[in-house]
Amino acid sequence: MKFGKLGLLAASAAMTVVSTAALAAEQYIPSLVYRTGPYASGGVPLADGYADYFHLINERDGGVNGVKFKVEECETGYKTDRGVECYDRTKENATIYNPWSTGITYALIDKVTADKIPFLSMGYGRTSAADGRVFEYIFNFPSTYWNQATAIVQYIANELGGTDQLKGKRIGYIYLDHPYGKEPIPTMDILAEKFGFTYDKYPVAPKSMTEQKSIWLQIRKTKPDYVIMWGWGAMNATAVKEATNIRFDMSKFIGNWWSAGEDTAIPSGDKAKGYRAATFHGVGKDAPVFGDLQQHIVDKGMASGDGSKIGLVLYNRGFANAAYVVEAVRKAQEKFGNRVMTGEEVRWGLENLDLTEERLAELGLTGLVPPTKVTCENHEGLSPAIKIQEWNGSGYEVITDWIPAMTQVTRPLIEQDAAAYAAEKGITPRSCN
Amino acid sequence: MIYREAGEFKTSYAADQGLLTIPMDRWFVIGLVLFAFIGMPLVGDEYWLGSIMIPVLILAIAAMGLNILTGYAGQLSLGTGAFMAAGAYMAYKVATNLSFLPVPVAILAGGGFSAMIGVLFGIPSLRIKGFYLAVATLAAQFFLLWLFTHVDWFVNYNLSGVPAIADYHLFVDWGPLVTGAQASVEARYLFVLVFAVFLALAARNMARCKIGRSWMAIRDMDIAAEIIGIRPLHTKLSAFAISSFYCGVAGALWAFCFINNVEPGAYEIERSFQILFMIIIGGLGSILGSFLGAAFIFLLPITLSQLPGWLGLDVPADVITHLEFMVMGVLIIFFLIVEPHGLARLWQIAKEKLRRWPFPY
Repeated sequence: MKFGKLGLLAASAAMTVVSTAALAAEQYIPSLVYRTGPYASGGVPLADGYADYFHLINERDGGVNGVKFKVEECETGYKTDRGVECYDRTKENATIYNPWSTGITYALIDKVTADKIPFLSMGYGRTSAADGRVFEYIFNFPSTYWNQATAIVQYIANELGGTDQLKGKRIGYIYLDHPYGKEPIPTMDILAEKFGFTYDKYPVAPKSMTEQKSIWLQIRKTKPDYVIMWGWGAMNATAVKEATNIRFDMSKFIGNWWSAGEDTAIPSGDKAKGYRAATFHGVGKDAPVFGDLQQHIVDKGMASGDGSKIGLVLYNRGFANAAYVVEAVRKAQEKFGNRVMTGEEVRWGLENLDLTEERLAELGLTGLVPPTKVTCENHEGLSPAIKIQEWNGSGYEVITDWIPAMTQVTRPLIEQDAAAYAAEKGITPRSCN
Repeated sequence: MIYREAGEFKTSYAADQGLLTIPMDRWFVIGLVLFAFIGMPLVGDEYWLGSIMIPVLILAIAAMGLNILTGYAGQLSLGTGAFMAAGAYMAYKVATNLSFLPVPVAILAGGGFSAMIGVLFGIPSLRIKGFYLAVATLAAQFFLLWLFTHVDWFVNYNLSGVPAIADYHLFVDWGPLVTGAQASVEARYLFVLVFAVFLALAARNMARCKIGRSWMAIRDMDIAAEIIGIRPLHTKLSAFAISSFYCGVAGALWAFCFINNVEPGAYEIERSFQILFMIIIGGLGSILGSFLGAAFIFLLPITLSQLPGWLGLDVPADVITHLEFMVMGVLIIFFLIVEPHGLARLWQIAKEKLRRWPFPY
């Protein structure tokens, strides 16, 4: 009799497990964040924006076709080993990963592929992951570093009045002396040769990001026509400050999208007026979706963090990232049915993502997220483009339309690097036909 | 009555020189190693083996390396991260360019290269000591990482600068996969464990034979050591070589079996400090201390960050991390006040108490 009772207990216990599992029909979104540590100033708005969009979808629409999202944060502190630990801790039923760290991205590329979980490194990580034939689970739309470099050069050419005007011009390239900062150099070499401009490299050691006096003295001496910056963390604000110190024309100083945060220009305030930076998403709170955010999230006191980051550049980046994930899940549901999607199904959704202007307008994301179409071969989107934003003394304003990248220059490089990776790892690239 | 030498009669010199002369000690260690080899892969899941045990074992190897140099030979070093990087980059070069060699050989070769570099940077130790030497090894830390990230040859001219580690079998084409993401976590764990056990055994034996005794003599008073006939050049450089070998193997394993790529960020100065803290907390001049220190420094933050989840509390991620910093700091200070000689000393005290039990005097 005792055993019978035990069996009954066990059965009922099993039933409860089943029923909670059924209740927990939520799309699980592990979010690797760095709200602490040396890069927290960037990590906090990214994490807030990412979480807020999912909460907005839950509150406003009741999830995607009734499937709600469950965001769970795991703190990495921007450290690779903690990132791997977080990944292993959260990978069960995970939808997608985006750790906002190049180091963690490199460490996870093989792991997510083995575990069949998609990975969206949006504007960072491994550029050659744009080759979807080799990197099946890795996505890096809407643009990559190499394409960004070409688009910035294109922007300079537009300002000068055409690419033929680049001939004989001198550009300063100031970068973080780290694989991240060195990544665009092969692209810059090709562009310099192609358009006949010269460029000087000014590496900034990661150990001494705030010591740039000698670099800017050199820049004052060589008088480059433009300066392009590939910075991160404390390096950005220092560079802008030093540039204002030597009275460099700020409108000729262009940062990449990781040098585009408010923290870059705020310490110099009005003096930095005219500082430009690339972005692949809109800035400010103008997009219609922010109205919904105010109504459904902020007013209810549900905003992540203290809600003060809304509208900041990096907040919007996290927000846009979440929007892509939600749309990928929606796309996947069209094919697989309205239920919780597995990693593999979301991968399909990402690969068949086609966000048109009309669709973005329906979502209230016009101007915030660029239209993107992803294909099997091309995981960075078919029309990588950037906008240029300008610092007006207290905030950024977008001053250009989408500037397309020169994909004919970067695509061969991407395929070359992806092929080298495939050869080293012994992967046979899949066929996309 | 249980933990005694009494009644243990040795009949051979070999038995007398045994590593662990007390049977209970011996059985305990053998049991622990057996559990690590058999029990752990059966019990542990992917999370435990893959992101807890593997990094702890690898860091313990690096800590043993630093312990040989700092704990036994008394030479303070802040170049541990760089020596790990040297091992990782060179193991990667050997594995990719001499692909007919099996991967364990590549990893040992990485350690070998690291040893050579260690000797080179150990030369200043003949003239300078203490903090001054620490600064000289700091030069190794900065120079080597600069070298590896700026000379493209080290990464096989990889455009991204962060080469990925392929999936290697144990012996070229034979045996289970032991590196890369496709390899099962049990295989990677056992692979790392074999290295850790053999290196620990080697270190323990080195420490009590001639070379280890000459290290300790140099550590305690180098002039006296010189007078009794210990050559400082030979002794200090051998400590640097062996220590760097350990660090190099650890760095290579970190790249091959844990994060699957050779990323310079993993070998920054923070790593050197982390490992220095491990041996200080664990115990200078103790192999056991290297393991205890590695486990303490690596596991404690992870445990603390998960604690609220286990207790069913919903605490935001950043608050947890801030709490983690505070608790970690307090615990380090607490342990150093209670036992300045580290966790290994606590263990030793416990054993001595046990020996006198139940009649302490």
